[in-house]
Amino acid sequence: MSAWRLAEPFGTLIDRSQPISFLFNGRSLTGLGGDTLASALLVNGVRLVGRSFKLHRPRGIFSCGIEEPTGIVDLLDGVRRTPNVRSTVVEISPGLAAESVNCWPSVRFDLGALNGWFAPLLPAGFYYKTFKWPNWHLFEPTVRRMAGLGRASLTTDQDRYEEVSTQVDLLVVGGGIAGLAAAIASAEAGARTTLLCAGAAPGGGLGAQGDPAVAEMIAKAGRAGVTVMPRTLAFGVYDHNLVCASEQLAGATRGPGVLRERLWKIRARSIIAAQGAFERPMIFPGNDRPGVMLSGAVQRYADAYGVACGRRIVIAANCDSAYRVAQRLRTAGIEVLAVLDRRPASHIGTHAEGVRTLASSGIGKVLGASSVKGCLTVAAEGPSVRSERLDCDLILSAGGHAPAVHLHSQAGGKLRWEAEASMFVPDGPAPGLYSVGACAGVFSRQAALEHAADVGRSLALGFTVPPAPVGGAGRSLASTRIAGVRGKAFIDLQNDVAATDIGLAALENYRSIEHLKRYTTTGMATDQGKTSNVNALVLMGELTQREPAQVGTTKFRPPFAPMTLGTLVGRRVGSLYRPLKHLPAVQWHAAHGALFEHFGNWSRPAAYPLAGESLNEAAQREARCVRQSVGLFDGSPLGKLEIWGPDAAQFLDLMYVGTMSTLRVGQARYGLVLNANGVVVDDGIVARLGEGHFWVNTTSAGVERTAAAFEEWLQCEFTNLKVFVTAVTARFANLTVSGPRAWEALAAIGFDAAFSPQNMTHMSLREGAFGAIPLRVLRASFTGELSYEINLPVDESGGLLEMLMAAIAPLGGCLYGIEALEILRTEKGYIHVGTDTDGTTLPGDIGFGRAIDGKRANFVGRRSLLRPAARDPQRLQLVALSPADGRTLLPCGAQIAALNPPTATEGHVTSSYWSPSLDAPVALAMLARGGERQGEHVGVHHLGRRIDAVVVKAPFIDPQGERLNG
Amino acid sequence: MMRIPCIVCGLRDENEFTCGGTSHLVRPAIDASDRDWAEYLFFRDNPKGLHHERWRHTQGCGQWFNLVRHTLTHEILTVYAMTESPPR
Repeated sequence: MSAWRLAEPFGTLIDRSQPISFLFNGRSLTGLGGDTLASALLVNGVRLVGRSFKLHRPRGIFSCGIEEPTGIVDLLDGVRRTPNVRSTVVEISPGLAAESVNCWPSVRFDLGALNGWFAPLLPAGFYYKTFKWPNWHLFEPTVRRMAGLGRASLTTDQDRYEEVSTQVDLLVVGGGIAGLAAAIASAEAGARTTLLCAGAAPGGGLGAQGDPAVAEMIAKAGRAGVTVMPRTLAFGVYDHNLVCASEQLAGATRGPGVLRERLWKIRARSIIAAQGAFERPMIFPGNDRPGVMLSGAVQRYADAYGVACGRRIVIAANCDSAYRVAQRLRTAGIEVLAVLDRRPASHIGTHAEGVRTLASSGIGKVLGASSVKGCLTVAAEGPSVRSERLDCDLILSAGGHAPAVHLHSQAGGKLRWEAEASMFVPDGPAPGLYSVGACAGVFSRQAALEHAADVGRSLALGFTVPPAPVGGAGRSLASTRIAGVRGKAFIDLQNDVAATDIGLAALENYRSIEHLKRYTTTGMATDQGKTSNVNALVLMGELTQREPAQVGTTKFRPPFAPMTLGTLVGRRVGSLYRPLKHLPAVQWHAAHGALFEHFGNWSRPAAYPLAGESLNEAAQREARCVRQSVGLFDGSPLGKLEIWGPDAAQFLDLMYVGTMSTLRVGQARYGLVLNANGVVVDDGIVARLGEGHFWVNTTSAGVERTAAAFEEWLQCEFTNLKVFVTAVTARFANLTVSGPRAWEALAAIGFDAAFSPQNMTHMSLREGAFGAIPLRVLRASFTGELSYEINLPVDESGGLLEMLMAAIAPLGGCLYGIEALEILRTEKGYIHVGTDTDGTTLPGDIGFGRAIDGKRANFVGRRSLLRPAARDPQRLQLVALSPADGRTLLPCGAQIAALNPPTATEGHVTSSYWSPSLDAPVALAMLARGGERQGEHVGVHHLGRRIDAVVVKAPFIDPQGERLNG
Repeated sequence: MMRIPCIVCGLRDENEFTCGGTSHLVRPAIDASDRDWAEYLFFRDNPKGLHHERWRHTQGCGQWFNLVRHTLTHEILTVYAMTESPPR
């Protein structure tokens, strides 16, 4: 085994007294408190962690942070699993179990690895080229099984998540020395300052080395009053300085109800980004082999976790920082065989004592099939020298750095290419966001500390913010590829994008960086190219004779790192996902056997089944009862608005098809609401309560949008009208008594004779009282029977229901639900907006053409009804349909067509029920030229079957409307 | 998420508001041509820069008002009442 645990002072984050057991692919391993899953796997000598996305190549741990492309696992917890977790950011805890991704049957013997043999056949874009014929869907299931990473959980997430919003003066993102310096200076200058750090504690890379100056800074931040939020990762900057961050809470604790993550929405006056830089990998053949790691990561594993990742190392380098790593690892007792520096000797700004350095050289081949067992050197330029074999067990990749400009870029900041160090750096600040430290391109420690403090102080005091002193990283070449070296060199380890794939994209003219990303998938998936983007764009530039600045970067979008859906959803799950409204007397209905279903945002009784009765049987019985004697319906969800003001009548004439200004006090009228496009969006009844006071019933589902539309027209267009719109749906319950014996029932319990059918006609509204209960009683009917819609204060509805129930029971009456109501209104040919109509239905299509012609007001939508399309004689029009055999129920939604499909449709069935009163099916449909086709036979098609139907005259019941009058 | 200065309530988060699109559209008379009516209903400028638009503080005071927003930076330059003319 090549890995081992180093003695102190290495291992600043681990607790050597606390061994922790965990499972990896079923095998029990031991780590220490403070270990990440990655450091614990490495110290146990686990090199092979998973298989790559496409080619199923062996992959190991590559980095030491959120940029990790390959050390991806699924975390298991009983039957539950969290897929695609980066092992580098998970702290181990007792009982933690992890599993490799994208391999079958096991990570060591993976059948998918056969893909590797066929790699030459699977270049970039191979899906698009290969799986075209006859149809992509034929190949999709297999490709989906072969590709991809972890598996999603199939069970419900038992954990809790929550969301908190807050405001600060200054938000510092990143807990390294630059972030700390900025936060201290800001807080000391009096600003409310919060510092977010992704790890368990601030300090960053230098803190992990146990640098005492860093510990002093952390203490100073505390004294200055900086709010430090550990384990909190800022993943996005949104408009107007909103930063979203996720805080990891539960740690080792698992189980139902545990608060796992918290979403923070932080509104900051100013933001300081101090997220450091990612290391850029070197490009050489076999650079994806487990045992090739980023140099900074190997140092971090030693410093923070005391893990030596190998015994004999070779460093492939393109930057000066590689030598500092070499120096540090040597003090840990790790043998550094050589630094193979890609740069000419003149570019190398430093050296490591006692370390062999080969300038202008690199790696020509990596030895070992599933783990590094050595490498062959190659000369980059100059006279060819003999390739040398180095027997290393670990290769460090040190290609330079890429500042983490993600938040800067998300905030709208621009980038510029810094040619000497070959990196993109922020080109000045972004709106509201200032970068400090390595993510600003400032790599000298002293310069970073001074600049960061200056920025923090300036923002706190409102001074001009100084520009970043970019530099200190030394020289790096843009391209680290050595021409002429053979073998598969990878650009994007996670997505199996090799240098040859970039070449193919260039050849096929996918030169734009955004096209390159989509075509090759480079920079996609969980790591979003944190270690690959710069290499990809540099290579594309090299292949197309462009400077990196000309190629540019892809757009940086949130999230900066993968987020769980739980974090984003928070508490909006289960019953809070879409909260339902309930009837004021919901318990009363439950006690009377209501079967509740969801209708719009309401939970409402669909029917009241008796013992042994199905929903359909109950609805049939209830509908028959309403026609024969009397029924009681809770219509409380019905939309209710009051319209007030001297111009209320004029306003309603503009809102409705149907003139409301001619209503006398106490009179009611049906109306349609159109949008500006002339489409029917709501219907209802308007009644006049007084000269400047109207009662408006809208549909139950449409009241919010109708009220909003009324407000918008009033405030934005008809601004001269003096009108108030008050939504009163929640104030009034609505209990409807309907049936030929409706008045008999009401009279029996002492309703005032003023409400009798003799004293109160159909389509009228009367205010009165029942005992002490104030009532607004509307005689309107959606059943076609004598109906009383009794509006009363919500708190009284339970009591009145009880009395009304006692009144109808002796008459053989019953409660009825939505299903029965649908049967009754379909028998009468009454439309249900949104069921019989859709987003194309105009009033003329449902029989309101003449109502419009006689109206004077230029109501909303009217001009749209004059367009040629609105007057097309081929439009779908509402008709009633009966099956020719008088027995077959016409399926709702079935298409109407003369010929068998495939053929043009001429309409569709919109409502269809079995009528208990007629003992026959009744249906409504939208049919082309329907208005003039009465008596015609049409074909109704459903699942390959043709049903012969006849266009009949609506309504099916009581064509004269005599029953409405009782 | 933007912060929008409601003309009545002051600075609030965008999720309290409803956007009503471009302001100062003139609703043509009933005898307008089909083309003019279609322009009013369906055609909008999509400027890169300043845009006059109307918003409603739906989850607050309910008031509609106008604002001028830069479509690139989301900077909100000014707010003004529905009945006011656009500022110069």
